[in-house]
Amino acid sequence: MGPPLGRPGETAIIHREPEYFEPPINFFAHIGRRILLTLRNAGRSLVMLGEAFLCLRSAFTKRVRHEVLFQMFVTGIKSLGVITVVAMFTGMILALQTGLELRRFGQEVNIGTAVAVVMMREMGPFMTGLIIAASVGSAIAAQIGTMAVSEEIDALELMSINPVKFLVTPRLIALAVMMPILTVYTNILGIVGGAIVGATQLGVSLTAYFDNATRYAENKDLYVGLFKAVLFGIIITTVACHQGFSTSEGAVGVGRSTRKTVIISFLTILVVGYMVTRLFYS
Amino acid sequence: MIRFEKVTRRLGGRLVLDAVDFEIEKGETFVIVGSSGAGKSVTLKHMVRLLTPDAGRVWVGDDAVSEARGAELERIRSRFGVLFQGAALLQWLNVGDNVALPLREHTDLGEEEIDRLVEERLRLVNLEDVAAKFPADLSGGMRKRVGLARAIVMKPEIILYDEPTSGLDPVTSRTIDHLIDNLRRELGVTSVVVTHDLHSALAIGTRIAMLHEGKIIEVSTPEEFIRSKQEVVRGFLDAQYITQRGTWETA
Ligand SMILES: Nc1ncnc2c1ncn2[C@@H]1O[C@H](COP(=O)(O)OP(=O)(O)OP(=O)(O)O)[C@@H](O)[C@H]1O
Ligand SMILES: [Mg+2]
Repeated sequence: MGPPLGRPGETAIIHREPEYFEPPINFFAHIGRRILLTLRNAGRSLVMLGEAFLCLRSAFTKRVRHEVLFQMFVTGIKSLGVITVVAMFTGMILALQTGLELRRFGQEVNIGTAVAVVMMREMGPFMTGLIIAASVGSAIAAQIGTMAVSEEIDALELMSINPVKFLVTPRLIALAVMMPILTVYTNILGIVGGAIVGATQLGVSLTAYFDNATRYAENKDLYVGLFKAVLFGIIITTVACHQGFSTSEGAVGVGRSTRKTVIISFLTILVVGYMVTRLFYS
Repeated sequence: MIRFEKVTRRLGGRLVLDAVDFEIEKGETFVIVGSSGAGKSVTLKHMVRLLTPDAGRVWVGDDAVSEARGAELERIRSRFGVLFQGAALLQWLNVGDNVALPLREHTDLGEEEIDRLVEERLRLVNLEDVAAKFPADLSGGMRKRVGLARAIVMKPEIILYDEPTSGLDPVTSRTIDHLIDNLRRELGVTSVVVTHDLHSALAIGTRIAMLHEGKIIEVSTPEEFIRSKQEVVRGFLDAQYITQRGTWETA
């Protein structure tokens, strides 16, 4: 067949060796170990994220560009239906709840501001994040997890194909771009939902509603929300990919990684969302 | 070429490799046999540092692969081609793209040249007209052969085969045996073959090692191997109807 072909590639710094711990000796050892492992996994996720960022340069090769577009397409299509329904109803609920309270003071025209501000600052990115974590994040974890247990990740490493660059970076770009786009969509639908409730249940005319909404909501509200959306996209990719890579024990393990991805993403989104709000509004 | 120095490794709380010592010469076809769960796949994975020993060292040539990192590890790994027990093909790429993947990632060959190489490698493993199919549409044995084609596509100097013939029909199995043997004779490739199939082990192996309860209990040439006095080895031979005089004389 002739001489060997090709040049060596690069290693990933993700940790994938199987681990085993003796059963804990008592309850406190159990709790302590859980805390330590949680911290360690958080650290490892961040290291993986850092590496995915370092691989961003590779985003300009043709293969990665295709993969990014494909992932963006999948992300958008998979979640569009749910997002539409959730966004509409979030706006409608917000309008109804605040509207009924405000009506006691004859202020129901202000639901425009209430809905617009709450959607853009908080509910838009938050709801979108939850939906994407549950639909796309879990799918990423399941796919990478399946690859891990069927030795496909090992095979990639041996072919000197960095799994982080090959799998994480395209998904990271796709989600970091799609999250804000979907969030804008959520915001619009939420505000429209509020308008419908305002017009039909609270007697606020559409012009009054939109006039009110645009008068008091600021650009800052939109930008902070979009900033959150990008962060949430990064969080979801990081958690899902890290869980996928650390999957072991076959199909059961894949199920476990999927579940953990959704739970950890939810919690992180909640906490980070709060912290960003604190940062910009107090 | 590959040397295990007192390699010890625990997995899942069990001692899988217990101070394993052996050496594989350049140009050998070294066969590892042993019962299911004996640690054969684990042994192979130590050679490319998919697993790291708890104690001991693994050498590849003059490099301690068990301690290598980064660029050095890449350089060592690029000497290997590996066939995984489950083939480990990427599910979303078709057969042709799977085999072409290392070429696309690590060479500057044009698409035509890549296509030609891929087709040639697939023919070597007795596969034709499958390049456009997806792994999920192939039988287990076909997937295995695609995995083999991918393992040899970069012309590595050392090839690790994890059960290359399991799940294949006898005729195809012998084709794979011939392929492994030819790679050694014509190109001086060093091969490490894990198998349950003693017939193929005896046919292609320059030496055969038996792994049992974390230890290598026998390393010998095929001729010596079938005359081994060790009870575990005898049991293994008898179970495949191989006697000291040859095969098929049921004990
Ligand atoms: N990732 C892992 N985590 C925990 N235990 C493992 C892991 N990989 C292997 N083991 C254990 O190591 C032992 C040896 O496994 P190995 O896969 O090497 O067996 P094998 O000799 O290849 O068997 P087979 O012929 O069935 O492939 C088994 O007991 C297995 O449970
Ligand atoms: Mg095995």
